Amino acid sequence: MTQAPPAAVDTAGVLGRPVDRVDGTAKTSGAVRFSTDYPYPDLAHAALVCATVARGRIISIDTAAATALPGVLAVLTHENAPTMNPPRAVTLLDLSTMAASSTVNVLNTDEVHWDGQPVAVAVATSPEAAAEAAALVRVDYQASPSAVDFDAALPDAVEQKNSMLAPAGGSKGDAERALAEAAVSVDLRFTTPGHNHNALEPHGTTAAWVGDELTVHDGTQSIEWTRRHLAHRFGVPVSNVRVIAPFVGGGFGGKARVWPGTVLAVLAARATGRPVRLLLTREAVYRTVGGRTPSVQRVALGATASGRLTALVHTSTTLTGRAGGSPEQVVSQSRHLYAAKHMLLRQSQVTLDLLPNTSMRAPGEAIGTYALEAAIDELAHRLDLDPVELRLRNEPERDPLDGKRFSHRRLRAALEVGAARFGWAGRSPDPRSMRDGRWLVGWGVAAAYHPSWQLPAALTLRLSADGSVVLRSALHEMGMGTATAQAQIVAHELGVPFESVRVEHGDSALPSGPPAGGSAQTASLAAAVLSVCAELRGAVHALARRSGSPLGRRPLAGLAARDGGLFGPDGGETYVEVLTRAGRAHLDASVGGGSRLRRFADQARFMTRLALDGRRWVRAASGAHFCEVRVDPDTGEVRVSRWVGVFDIGTVVNAKTAASQLRGGIVMGLGLALGEHTLVDPRTGRIMNANLSEYHVPVHADVPELDVSFLDDPDPTMPLGVLGAGEVGITGVGGAVANAVFHATGRRVYDLPITLDKLL
Amino acid sequence: MVEIRMRVNGAEVSAELEARVSLLDALRVRLGVTGPKKGCDQGACGACTVLVDGRRILSCLALAVQYDGSEVTTIEGVDHPLQAAFVRHDGFQCGYCTPGQICSAIGMLAEHAAGAPSAATEHVAGAPALTRTEIRERMSGNLCRCGAYNGIVAAIEEVAP
Ligand code: FES
Ligand code: FES
Repeated sequence: MTQAPPAAVDTAGVLGRPVDRVDGTAKTSGAVRFSTDYPYPDLAHAALVCATVARGRIISIDTAAATALPGVLAVLTHENAPTMNPPRAVTLLDLSTMAASSTVNVLNTDEVHWDGQPVAVAVATSPEAAAEAAALVRVDYQASPSAVDFDAALPDAVEQKNSMLAPAGGSKGDAERALAEAAVSVDLRFTTPGHNHNALEPHGTTAAWVGDELTVHDGTQSIEWTRRHLAHRFGVPVSNVRVIAPFVGGGFGGKARVWPGTVLAVLAARATGRPVRLLLTREAVYRTVGGRTPSVQRVALGATASGRLTALVHTSTTLTGRAGGSPEQVVSQSRHLYAAKHMLLRQSQVTLDLLPNTSMRAPGEAIGTYALEAAIDELAHRLDLDPVELRLRNEPERDPLDGKRFSHRRLRAALEVGAARFGWAGRSPDPRSMRDGRWLVGWGVAAAYHPSWQLPAALTLRLSADGSVVLRSALHEMGMGTATAQAQIVAHELGVPFESVRVEHGDSALPSGPPAGGSAQTASLAAAVLSVCAELRGAVHALARRSGSPLGRRPLAGLAARDGGLFGPDGGETYVEVLTRAGRAHLDASVGGGSRLRRFADQARFMTRLALDGRRWVRAASGAHFCEVRVDPDTGEVRVSRWVGVFDIGTVVNAKTAASQLRGGIVMGLGLALGEHTLVDPRTGRIMNANLSEYHVPVHADVPELDVSFLDDPDPTMPLGVLGAGEVGITGVGGAVANAVFHATGRRVYDLPITLDKLL
Repeated sequence: MVEIRMRVNGAEVSAELEARVSLLDALRVRLGVTGPKKGCDQGACGACTVLVDGRRILSCLALAVQYDGSEVTTIEGVDHPLQAAFVRHDGFQCGYCTPGQICSAIGMLAEHAAGAPSAATEHVAGAPALTRTEIRERMSGNLCRCGAYNGIVAAIEEVAP
């Protein structure tokens, strides 16, 4: 099943070129506007009051002192807030229902479902007055018994059947028996803590009502979902809601759903009749926006003496909130990575009275690959086999679990190229055998793996008589370089200079783009861009025919898009010439569409393709990480000193921005490996380190040069061959670091993050 | 209420403020200068970094009234080769930390030129060379959650004298 080759000839060489971002100048001059940078006359400011019990009921709420403060416009609680519709139940028949982050109708209920749930919002003429008012609200609760301790709840875990779009587990043969009979085996338990996205831009919203029409500037990864969610919650037609988000200050999954801050800004604007800005404090982000679930994992591997896997067991337990959350596909990569004869994969969940968990960069695989890859490393150690060699020996021809074909698979090449770039052959195999002065040096390797998706997208394209091209779609720019990459694809497909293409994005007034999630945006848009460009080329050809251009006499199939027009072997015409002769100012083309029917059709097509694709083949981005650490033998301090990552992300549209995305994933993976840990008080369910001082994300000094490269080999089943680069980078990083630390110290850490106390 | 006067990006401005208003909120909310960003409001991320009389400060930890009579430069007022270098080296993704990174880097280069040592400096006497290790140490107050650190360091290295 290969797609027809693109009709355009890449004369400009624009596809894959590391062009600078189209928004680079704006981002380095302060010209870019984020959601709380928009001025409005009479703008009011809001601040949240968060619950201090994990479960219970508000018995009284005293807002007198807060309301009396100068500048305070309103203090909204469940007693006086306007009514909202409760969030819709999530259904796959309408993906926009996934916007609901919880089932709770905040400020329309006296019930409390997690420590941190907003129970009031103060609105004032200044941010200082709003914050002070919020601090003066006194709430009395009747607490109910609650379950907030993940470790204590583990015995109550129940099996999880699905992880949203994929099956949760699977089995083949009798893995436990094969494990018991294996010549060499490991049976290991790993734990990973909760994590928070910590996009540098806290969640922020500016909301303004004019009558029943709502304009919202919101830091969101899913403009269309947000729009539909808000229309439903506030009982207005979808067409009355406009969501504007041309630039978002990082998301990583944390801005994919609609969290209470967005809804409450809109509510506050409705109640006060003024435009309202709500920029969450960093603490409020931790209290009201879910993060990555903690996990407990078992990975057991059995092998023959020569290192052929006979058994692979990977099970996980994660948590979800009683009021919502999303399933975490922790064992997903273990279905696909190694050719084990017998397999058992299972996921379980416990339900707690905590803030709903949510997707965070490579949900599941980010932590699942840590455990799997550390276990593979331990097995290699016990087999006395090089860990790269062990992986190569178990590289499957077909999907190990069910024998499906891989759409393409280049993991072997990634491992080999990476090993050569890193100088892996120079590794002395024994732990604690490499030193540099007083530092213990260790080298580790791990595989990266992330499935590839494609979502429906709508867009329009306009070609003007001056040769300029405008692509319009409500696509998201959170740093991925989306507009830049899509402009490159348009330039390639139409054979026009990159500079002549402009992309309008980030506004629900434009045709709806796919949500920015699952590393799917580039490929999803690429599919739509390919078809809209084909449509436009057809329209140019038809116009040429009608207006007596010599181009019209040649069949379209024999023409190539290049040099700003359509050309055959014996010449052709530029778009400018065709449009000018026909007296047309511009030509338009579109794919997807706003009508309800079309949306439904797109969605049905999406679900069908998902099912068909899933039945036909296994498709993923993959890669290999090679890591060098230095460990101080006295203090246990770990420094990452060298990194090589080689990735198969299919076609690379922009070598510069793709490398940045992969590096960004690795950096976040370094945080996961060495520092990040959301600490939840097991008695109260309250996050104890809700700030950037005590939650340790990597800083400049933690990150060495990251040597990132691609195999740049198109996937034959994806539009333009693109597999997606947003998440694969973080997968495997925890494993590579843990393995390097083991090699340096002889100590295997089974509990992330690898802090120095665990090495002493 | 206190009245303050400052020069912001070369323009004389004045504002009536409560003493509790941070320089960051004075700029962003009162004066409409939204280039400096708020990432934490607690001095932990560097997104709010601006230059005051040429020195880099965290404007979220500064009260505006302390800076009465000062010369404040935010990203909007910066015209520096670093900006183009950031674009060339892809020293950002989302761009939210970028105003702070650039202002911080300008302040940092001046500190270094004045001979200030850092925690990474081996010998505090004598002018330390601006190695990558030095740059990383001196820029570690500016978080980039998108992880554009490599590009930022490369941009600074290219522009450093
Ligand atoms: S906003 Fe000032 S340091 Fe974070
Ligand atoms: S570019 Fe997004 S935080 Fe630095």
